[in-house]
Amino acid sequence: MTSSVWPALAALVVSAVGVLALLLAEKQWAVIAIIIAAGAAMFLARRFDWNERIRRSGAANSRKVFLAAMVLVVGAAFVMREHNFALLMLCTVMLMMVAGLGLTLQFGQAGVVNFAGAAFFGIGAYAAAVFATKTALPHLLVILAGGFFAALIGSVLVLPLLRTRGHYTALITIAFGILFKTFLEVNDALGGPQGLKVPGFVLFGHAFNDPIEIDEETEWSFYLAYAGLSLLLVAAAYAFVRRLERSWIGLAFDAVRIDETAASAFGVNVAAWKIAAFSIGNFLIGVAGAAYAMMTGFVAPTSFTFGDSLILVSIVILGGLGSALGLIPAALVVVVLPEKLQAIQEYRFLLFALLVIVILLVRPGGLLPRALRDYRVGAPR
Amino acid sequence: MTTPLLDARGLVVRFGGVTALDGLDLSVAAGETVGLIGPNGSGKTTFFNALTGFVRLAAGRAQLAGSDITGLEPRRIAAHGIARTFQRLRLLLELSVFDNLMLGQHLVLDHGPWSNLFVRRRFTAEVRRQAEAARALLAAFSPGLPARLFEPARALTMIDRRRVEICRALIRDPALLLLDEPSAGMTPDETAELMTDLLAVKAQRPALTVVIIEHDMAVIERVSDRCVVLDYGRKLAEGPYAAVAADPVVRRAYLGED
Repeated sequence: MTSSVWPALAALVVSAVGVLALLLAEKQWAVIAIIIAAGAAMFLARRFDWNERIRRSGAANSRKVFLAAMVLVVGAAFVMREHNFALLMLCTVMLMMVAGLGLTLQFGQAGVVNFAGAAFFGIGAYAAAVFATKTALPHLLVILAGGFFAALIGSVLVLPLLRTRGHYTALITIAFGILFKTFLEVNDALGGPQGLKVPGFVLFGHAFNDPIEIDEETEWSFYLAYAGLSLLLVAAAYAFVRRLERSWIGLAFDAVRIDETAASAFGVNVAAWKIAAFSIGNFLIGVAGAAYAMMTGFVAPTSFTFGDSLILVSIVILGGLGSALGLIPAALVVVVLPEKLQAIQEYRFLLFALLVIVILLVRPGGLLPRALRDYRVGAPR
Repeated sequence: MTTPLLDARGLVVRFGGVTALDGLDLSVAAGETVGLIGPNGSGKTTFFNALTGFVRLAAGRAQLAGSDITGLEPRRIAAHGIARTFQRLRLLLELSVFDNLMLGQHLVLDHGPWSNLFVRRRFTAEVRRQAEAARALLAAFSPGLPARLFEPARALTMIDRRRVEICRALIRDPALLLLDEPSAGMTPDETAELMTDLLAVKAQRPALTVVIIEHDMAVIERVSDRCVVLDYGRKLAEGPYAAVAADPVVRRAYLGED
């Protein structure tokens, strides 16, 4: 049974237009109207059973839909070419998704809890600051170095993680996150509490921090270049995590998460798979941190608190544990809404906490729950 | 007699002050089906857990096909060719039937990143081959099961879940299959059906060696070549079902007659 690509494509275009409108909306009433429209669209989709058709169409045409999504992001970025702030938010959403992909791999797929997401994000950011200032490493490699260092420093936690379960593991990662922040604050070589400046990204001689001059009158936002970089990173990370999930490796992760006893009875090396998931996840989180630091030009310990780790975890839970697709709406909600709704900005931690509780009660699978594994990428059933 | 497939000698397991296995000797010949019976707490499941490495032996040693498996980790013992089921079902309910069976194939599957992530053509060919094998095995247990290969295990009835769990243990062609009370939670009719399937599979694979824990005496009588009775972690009696069932010592300890 083949399924047409159109339902998924239509849903994608409608969502993209909505997101674009939200990013560009300036008046409060417009923001609220867009949120209400989104709610109405979700209600209608449910009322008329479109969700299942969209899901099937997307699953059967995953490659085309993936490409279409990339084209839409490029289009949206182009529309916003003169709006610095809207583009910054778009980039932040994409980089948070990269970090969320790492976390959902650890947490949602292999079951390794990590409440120090912000610390690994920070390791990537500081690594980028140091490598870009002190070495002549090409900047694409600087970003990979951010990921590499996050994974490397994460290996310090491997032994305690393997010896503990559940709440205790969570406590260890929380302690690590707090230690990391304190370490940064007292370490003068890394700028202490003031932090460090990070040079902007340079690729083949093009400095991303320079505005793009089209002619004498028009100048495009320099964030356009970062949007391209973020899109590249998120597309690569997404394809990577999805392929991993749809492979024997993903099955081993799931087995380790669901039942260690059953897994080891069939020869699964539980410890090795946990280490693999933890390291790959930290790598992705570190890559996101490095790119974010180069985009914002500045790193400081206050950006990597326990609260920021909780934000990352709430993105993962909101989207649906283990669900890569769910990270898209979740990252949008968590990153964009507080910026757009000035009324809630001060209460955002409170609201995220409430949101996570409501999701766990009403829809424990998250906004877009993870589907049953289908090993055949893009192939109809 | 040739060397037995499984040779366990003097197994001792202690939980705090309780001795769960108290110097148990048990050997099983290749191709044999042994029924393991005994009252609750007599050490049957502990024997399985000790063999598969989930509890530590205080003394004794176990050999499988001549190689020592004493004190190895569960995953290493699995690699020696022991597969098992669990008394309380341990299917991965949120995953598909296929995923569950593929957990049974874990040691056979290629986990290399190259084929899993990049050369997807090779990977999908392997998936197709494994799905074929899985369907064939499921069909031996129930004609309706192969069609449900890509449904979540949660959607299956109790008897189908048991079937899938047994298939998961069988799919890698283990040398020794340990079945821990496959009738638990099922009606007598369902149990009889499952045993018919099991006997059919056993008939196709004469080399398969089975140890089965069961409370249901009819099951033991039907499937086992030999019966071993445990009580307080020791072997109380051993022999063909008829002889064991007639043994006055066994009747007193287990069947509850004076």
